[in-house]
Amino acid sequence: MLEPIKVSLESLNLITLAPMLIAIAGGLVILVLDLINEKLDKSLYVMLTILILIVDFGATIGLNVNERGFFDVMLIDGISIISQLLIIVASILFTPLALTSKRFHEYSYPEFFALFLFMVAGFQFMVASDNLILIFVGLETASLSLYTLIALHNRSNSYEAAVKYFTMGALAAGFFAMGSAVVYALTGSIELYQVAQVLSTRLGEPGIMAAIFGSSVLLMVTLAFKLSLFPFHTWAPDVYEGASAPLAGYMSIVPKIASFVVAIRIFGMYLDLGIEWVRVMILILAVITMTVANLMALVQEDVKRMLAYSSISHAGFIMAAMALDTTEGTTSIFFYYGLFMFTNLGAFAMLWISRHKVRRFNARFDHPYEKFAGLIQIMPMGAVIMALFMLSLAGVPPFSVFWGKIYVMQAAVNAGYVWLAIVMGLNSAIAAYYYLKLIVYMFLKDPVKDVDVVYYNLSRPLMAVIGLAAVATIAAIFYAQPLVSYLYYMISASGY
Amino acid sequence: MDNILSVLVFFPAIAGLLGFVVDKKSARAYGITVAAIEFLLSLWLWFSFDTANAGMQFVEMIPLIPDFGVNYYLGVDGISLFIIIMATLMTLIGMMSMSIETDVKNMIITLLFLEMTMVGVFVALDAIIFYLFWELSLVPMLYIIGAWGGPLRVYASIKFFLYTFMGSLIMLVGMLFVAYVYHNLTGVWSFAITDWYALVLPVDYQLWLFMAFFLGFAIKVPMFPFHTWLPYAHGQAPTIGSVILAAVLLKMGTYGFVRFSLPMFPDASVMMITPIAVLSIIMVIYTAMVAYAQKDMKQVIAYSSVSHMGIIMIGIFAMNAEGIGGSVFQMLSHGIVSGALFMLVGIIYDRRHTKLMSEFGGLAAVMPKYAVIFGIMLMASVGLPLTIGFVGEFLVLLGFYEVSPIMTILAGTSIIIGAVYMLSVFKKSFFGPVTNEENKKLKDLTPRETWSLVPLVAIVIWLGVYPKPVLDPINKSVNAMLVFMEEKAITAEAKEIIKVPQSVTKAGEVK
Repeated sequence: MLEPIKVSLESLNLITLAPMLIAIAGGLVILVLDLINEKLDKSLYVMLTILILIVDFGATIGLNVNERGFFDVMLIDGISIISQLLIIVASILFTPLALTSKRFHEYSYPEFFALFLFMVAGFQFMVASDNLILIFVGLETASLSLYTLIALHNRSNSYEAAVKYFTMGALAAGFFAMGSAVVYALTGSIELYQVAQVLSTRLGEPGIMAAIFGSSVLLMVTLAFKLSLFPFHTWAPDVYEGASAPLAGYMSIVPKIASFVVAIRIFGMYLDLGIEWVRVMILILAVITMTVANLMALVQEDVKRMLAYSSISHAGFIMAAMALDTTEGTTSIFFYYGLFMFTNLGAFAMLWISRHKVRRFNARFDHPYEKFAGLIQIMPMGAVIMALFMLSLAGVPPFSVFWGKIYVMQAAVNAGYVWLAIVMGLNSAIAAYYYLKLIVYMFLKDPVKDVDVVYYNLSRPLMAVIGLAAVATIAAIFYAQPLVSYLYYMISASGY
Repeated sequence: MDNILSVLVFFPAIAGLLGFVVDKKSARAYGITVAAIEFLLSLWLWFSFDTANAGMQFVEMIPLIPDFGVNYYLGVDGISLFIIIMATLMTLIGMMSMSIETDVKNMIITLLFLEMTMVGVFVALDAIIFYLFWELSLVPMLYIIGAWGGPLRVYASIKFFLYTFMGSLIMLVGMLFVAYVYHNLTGVWSFAITDWYALVLPVDYQLWLFMAFFLGFAIKVPMFPFHTWLPYAHGQAPTIGSVILAAVLLKMGTYGFVRFSLPMFPDASVMMITPIAVLSIIMVIYTAMVAYAQKDMKQVIAYSSVSHMGIIMIGIFAMNAEGIGGSVFQMLSHGIVSGALFMLVGIIYDRRHTKLMSEFGGLAAVMPKYAVIFGIMLMASVGLPLTIGFVGEFLVLLGFYEVSPIMTILAGTSIIIGAVYMLSVFKKSFFGPVTNEENKKLKDLTPRETWSLVPLVAIVIWLGVYPKPVLDPINKSVNAMLVFMEEKAITAEAKEIIKVPQSVTKAGEVK
């Protein structure tokens, strides 16, 4: 007869689950509200979502560092707290983009916001665990919600994007499952800290390297899909193009932060075990990713596709920091995303407010460069702000991404990778060209059509979001210090 | 006023922001007033500057990102003081003489932001703050060339931006590496240049870092073979763009050599004397010859400007007080003279909408005042005694003579070739009969043009006759730098070549 399982409630440490549960419960509340009264306006749901996320934020920031909970599957270390905070802040910033002046199909469904909250919970699970199964569950919850959100945009290329993303995501999920299976077969455990213990005693055994190689290649392929690293990046531009601009901007930040955390947990473990070829593999992927994506971005005709390639390139840039495996390197990942978030939010929001129902400029693209030609004459303030975001992305000081860039480069130099810093510098120089191209169109060319309607979607909440993004981009120098010291403290507290 | 440097940096920027509100028709008057106030402030800086003190003055330091060693750290010494005054003066004069009719307000605002970055580069004592202003200066210039330039303006402006941007990113890696070395030795993060001066680096580090900084600065100067962006930029830029570019922006490169490369890497600098001198001499002679072959008056001035930058480079790498002091003085003279020459070309372009010399001839008879001022500036550019150009050029050649007489003679040919092409410009355009009917009706200088050029003429002659008030503070700081470089150098070769003036060594011993 089986022994009855006795678990005391204290040992479960349920507080570690609180943030995700808040998001899920919030999603359910939204669904229930819709059942009670169908005629509620989207603005209510937007504000509810933001409020729920704020509570979520409060619950996360109050967590103690380095705790485990719920049968040890939850891991609340510094990385998991800061990545959850970044995810929540990014979600809060992107939600008000639903408040456009024009009506968009997807936002009339409260399900959109419920799914959005489930997705946030999924990402939170993904980063708050070192159990491969829970990571997988989080990943899938988040991804499935995201596919649906993309498809809700109700356009033929949104469906295409969603299906493409779904197929690729399903393939990646398969690889993840296989990779985890190999890890389990090797060590008899799916908890990474136990895996590390077992592996460290068995590293000398013959044939074990081949098995580790197999598992890490499979896991790397999954994360490369999610991070859109070369050669698994091809889905990204199409998906970004098909998705609405707010979701595309969101995809360039939040799923990547979550995937980076998983990558740090898995590959950081291998690096700590002294397996050097993992580092080489990451470095090669990173360098190729940033270079290839930059070259591809040069020839794009659509601003959104250009931004898609640019965010691939930024991901490659940050991937290189992961290979350093120093506290600074890991800090730089989060620091970079913390700063990049505001700039990318602004850039995609600027695209969003210029979105038209029909393509007025080009039969193929929504946001061709011509659309922005001569913007300085039509709407000087809009042109200046867009130029600001472009300069920030290009890494021109003193705008936010510059500080992220020098922090990453400094981390590379400190770890002895001067060549990597030089490669990063040269890549930034290439990247400057395509960001400048948009500035050239906006400032130095004449308008193509009489365009009173470039800013079609602009509304007060969107203005507030863009203004916030602009201020955060300009004033980065003033909050860089508290941000970096907090991140550094949290990451060194969790031992990375 | 202890924080005068911050005021100098941010006054134009704030004025630029407020300028958005000013009405289009009054924008020009607003800009000139702001630039005049800024110029007066910079003069005030000079008067409150302690000329007996060779070190940094008016130092301001506010920690910005202490974990990372980035501080808001400003200061000024004899070397940077006059470049700042020259920058504010040329902005003022450039604005006064500006003939642009379209989008005047945008131009004024852009110029004011540009002025902030220019002053910022010369007062920054923190490498990151220096880099920040350095990069930021590209953006307004990109807009000036791209929006008001000639037919190829977009190409020219992008080439200008990308070329400089790439070089400076390599320089940034160099800076990060120095900070890393500093952290390793002291355990503290710092980007302060004055802290970095104290680092004694091994020779191989010095060489690599020298190369990294060299790439950033050499593209800006621009040294041969990195000069190809400049003729495009000058060819396409509007007059005001060329004036600011030639007068101030190019000086950032040479100033960078004096501020960073020499004191931080004395041994590497001494080792690089020959390669850099060879490049500079090629630059001097080759671009002078190219200048002679030009048909376009503005291109002649552009190439002659590159050619004279070569003289400045040679002076910096003479490693003695005459050479470096002369170079810094030559930076000022080059700024004023080539700025004035670009303005003069702009004046004739406004009247005829062509810059081809073949279109002109006999202008001296039609426009006497114009011809006189052009002649004076041309003589100053060639380096005629009693003009500002002579002082700098003479000191540079004197200084480099101690290093290598042969190379000095080669560099000295610049004066001869310079005289050849400049006088041929003057002959083709100003003498002879008036062949072109259109030229007969040309008006002489308007009062506005006259009043913007006369102060420059006055300075050219004043500093040509009596350069002491400017040369003294420059030399004081240069001597201090040389003493310090000599102490810091680790190779015997470098100690021998870096020449510290006798008077200073004695004074140093007394201390």
